[in-house]
Amino acid sequence: MIEGLDLALVNWSRAQFALTAMYHWIFVPLTLGLGIIIAIMETLYVKTGNPEWKRITKFWMTMFGINFAIGVATGIILEFEFGTNWSNYSWFVGDIFGAPLAIEGILAFFMESTFIAIMFFGWNKVSKKFHLTATWLTAIGANLSALWILVANGWMQKPVGMVFNPETARMEMTSFWDVLFSPMAVHKFLHTTSSSFVLAAIFVIGVSAWFILKGRDIVFARKSIVVAAIFGFLASIYTVATGDSSARSVAHDQPMKFAAFEGLYNGSEGAGLVALGLISSSETDPSNENLKDFTLKIEIPNILSYMAFMDWDAFVPGINDLIRGNEKYGIMSATEKISRGKLAIEKLKAFKEAKKAGMVAQADSLKTEIMSPDFQKNYFSYFGYGYISDPHTLVPSVPLSFYSFHIMVVLGMYFILFFLMALLYTLKGKIHKHRLFLKAAIWTIPLAYLASQAGWVVAEVGRQPWVIQDLMPTMAAVTKISAGAVQVTFWLFAIIFTTLLIAEIKIMMRQIKIGPKSEGGPSHV
Amino acid sequence: MFESLSLITLQQYWWLIVSLLGALLVFLMFVQGGETLFFSIARTEDEKTLLVNTLGRKWEFTFTTLVTFGGAFFASFPLFYSTSFGGAYWVWFAILVSFVIQAVSFEFRKKPANLLGAKTYEIFLFLNGLLGPLLIGTAVGTFFNGAMFSLDDMNRVTWGTPFRGLEAVLTFHNLALGLAVLFLSRVLGLLYFMNSIENTAIYERSKIQLLYNTVPFLVFFLYFVIALLFKDGFAYQPETGAITIEPYKYLHNLVAMPVNTFMLLIGVVGVLWGIVSTLLKGGTKGIWFVGGGTVLTVWALLILAAFNHTSFYPSVFDLQSSLTIENASSSRFTLVAMSYVSLFVPFVLGYIWYAWKAMNNKKISTEELEQEHHVY
Ligand code: HDD
Ligand code: HEM
Ligand code: HEM
Repeated sequence: MIEGLDLALVNWSRAQFALTAMYHWIFVPLTLGLGIIIAIMETLYVKTGNPEWKRITKFWMTMFGINFAIGVATGIILEFEFGTNWSNYSWFVGDIFGAPLAIEGILAFFMESTFIAIMFFGWNKVSKKFHLTATWLTAIGANLSALWILVANGWMQKPVGMVFNPETARMEMTSFWDVLFSPMAVHKFLHTTSSSFVLAAIFVIGVSAWFILKGRDIVFARKSIVVAAIFGFLASIYTVATGDSSARSVAHDQPMKFAAFEGLYNGSEGAGLVALGLISSSETDPSNENLKDFTLKIEIPNILSYMAFMDWDAFVPGINDLIRGNEKYGIMSATEKISRGKLAIEKLKAFKEAKKAGMVAQADSLKTEIMSPDFQKNYFSYFGYGYISDPHTLVPSVPLSFYSFHIMVVLGMYFILFFLMALLYTLKGKIHKHRLFLKAAIWTIPLAYLASQAGWVVAEVGRQPWVIQDLMPTMAAVTKISAGAVQVTFWLFAIIFTTLLIAEIKIMMRQIKIGPKSEGGPSHV
Repeated sequence: MFESLSLITLQQYWWLIVSLLGALLVFLMFVQGGETLFFSIARTEDEKTLLVNTLGRKWEFTFTTLVTFGGAFFASFPLFYSTSFGGAYWVWFAILVSFVIQAVSFEFRKKPANLLGAKTYEIFLFLNGLLGPLLIGTAVGTFFNGAMFSLDDMNRVTWGTPFRGLEAVLTFHNLALGLAVLFLSRVLGLLYFMNSIENTAIYERSKIQLLYNTVPFLVFFLYFVIALLFKDGFAYQPETGAITIEPYKYLHNLVAMPVNTFMLLIGVVGVLWGIVSTLLKGGTKGIWFVGGGTVLTVWALLILAAFNHTSFYPSVFDLQSSLTIENASSSRFTLVAMSYVSLFVPFVLGYIWYAWKAMNNKKISTEELEQEHHVY
């Protein structure tokens, strides 16, 4: 192998984080969306008093419970993995990053786990109203936990509200509100939750479609579809809107990620959007083997400039501009950033040495200099670049970002159409006649999961090589441990989670086959 | 209001909160203790289902407390989080895996088509019940006996052994704490069964088991405490931060902090009274005395580990790398911000208590389970 030991360690650690996060993300979006859908159904039950709604609520609640358990199982690993596998990262940013994680536990997880017990076991123990409140609080608790973890993630994508302290060698928080209300975090939260609502609505419609195809529990299925289709339609519009604003905030704060998922090598004014394309495997620029372009593309002119900056003629920088720099548009070259980063590292070293040698005055003046707003802005904000030796490693995987992004967007458009059709057919009372649509509905379930996972691949792969944008490259974040140890835990989790996933899918399918239990009202129709 | 506090006061405040969470976690490990008792208490499938469901309605609290404990430690003492989790890799992963398999087991155990079969999920629960308390207790033992790490000037951790934390079991004092926590969690589990299940046979069997588990608990716990009083401790110089070994350090701490010592004594008395009175007089209230006593005892022990200029996570590999509440904490700003968040804690405890009462006002019985929609 060409790679040294360290590279293997970083890659296994990344693989492990990606594995566990992606497993967690199989279950989380359904929890986020289904929680709300159940709460709506139960509200209808309390409002109308119709026991059919109670039966419907309880069926989806069973689905929720099965999914929730494994969501929790996969979540706990992630929480501690920051420490176990990214310990340098945990120290470097713990002062800021730890807070949302703690708040998530205190404010969100307790809410969820307290009221979920009432939701499942309280039917005969507490009043109808109290039970309904508990169901809503469970759903809200789940979405609140998403809020805090996404604030943490948003901060990694665009660090704000902090200053670097050379004394402790870490970032320290200077404004809690800047961290919480960072536009990056807000967009992330809105887009992630709304897209999860879409996924859950598709799940409900797909499962209900199966019942109709089998000719059983028709009333149950139709009522479920009506709720899910309305909810899903609204959520899908909102998902596209928030996706669009996410893209704008990426264009602003992470131009390299933006260029990568748009497949834009050479920037231009009035840049066009590549709606569909195949990325070439041959080089366009002989001097640089890392840079490639499309073999085939369908481009819509000027749209990209508008999308990114709300201006049809704005300049959108491409990958080449970001690496080489572009004086005309005031874009700093990668080499310049690297030299500024190196200078920041030098200063830090000088400070540490002065400190060790007991040269108090010199250390103090270096500290003042490092912490001055001017140095922080012009030098320290490129700190991470100081670790980079080859500018081309600053380019994330373009094909992976590009394809993931386009899969997500195309599916997002399709889902709007899908909900509209579902709504139309059920409201007309003719959905059982559209067998093709019903079959398509079942197959749309995996597509929703695909779109959702693809979104995270865009977000996380697109920000490489940074674990914290511009400040800390992934390779500097990793815990010093043998790559073999990480390999062992990687396979351990791969086996455990895969086994549990298979068990979960089997249990769910069986529960679906068993179907909703009768609840005193009209049952199997 | 928190802005006016000094840095050291904030650090102490956060140590109090984190150790309180740890103390609550030990109490809530009655769930883990109970998970190791299915096979010895239940004689029939119905009885086992009763036990599983009794715990199944509470496991989330323990789990969430563990997660919150981790999060709060990260936010307030990030250097501990990065040092211990990154360093003692194998110990933490063993603990985590045992909680991963727990989380699905209640829900999946009785469901048709569950791939692995009910027995496997019961074994998962048993493993969690055994490994969780044992390893967490042993890991906490390193707060007093030290661990094998060193930190460089960027605070990056290097571990001194390839066993990555597992070497802690070689120190008997650590292991004694682990075993004490394990048997304590079983005692708590038994008392919880006696408190919340309407079934005489289970009650009587639990009472006999209570005696069997109290003896080893007392042996290991007393050994741990007595050895603690006589052992050297890790002190630090508040001005320079230099770490030194001080003979009888923990004994000195007991003398220097009489309120804490009093709390420790009350806690131990509470635990003993809860057990003895249940053994002699029967009744169902033992869990509250033992539970309350556990919280006070563990809280006092964790305060003993960190206050009065003591290093709470000493390194026996590189003494000067040892962690103290002063050198491992977050910045002043973050501690203040988090202190405001801590004001929500009483509110959270309030709704937990309210919900718990609403759910527990009726004892669990086979008849009740039959009417239940959601059964594990
Ligand atoms: C059902 C799922 C789903 C659907 C249909 C969409 N998205 Fe999405 N998208 C997600 C699920 C998702 C996600 C999983 O929730 C992500 C991952 C990270 C994040 O913040 O949300 C995401 C991320 C994400 C990002 C990256 C944000 C970042 O890197 O920080 C962008 C730019 C978009 N989305 C844009 C869109 C657009 C323009 C869509 C329009 C059709 C769209 N998404 C539909
Ligand atoms: C649950 C949804 C998520 C998914 C599916 C996901 C996916 C991924 C993937 C695919 C990688 C590997 C990227 C690469 O190495 O090329 C990764 C890395 C990482 N992600 Fe995420 N991520 C998710 C959420 C989060 C959140 C919320 C955070 C932080 C709060 C986070 C923090 C990290 C870290 C620290 C790494 C490791 C360092 C790195 O490789 O960059 N992730 N994630
Ligand atoms: C997109 C990112 C994420 C979202 C929206 C999210 C949301 C959630 C939700 C809703 C739950 C409830 C249980 C369930 O999954 O069904 C959960 C559980 C959990 N998540 Fe995540 N999560 C994300 C990523 C992460 C990451 C990166 C971490 C690690 C810091 C994490 C830590 C946890 C833990 C520890 C649990 C179990 C806690 C409990 O319910 O007791 N999550 N998460």
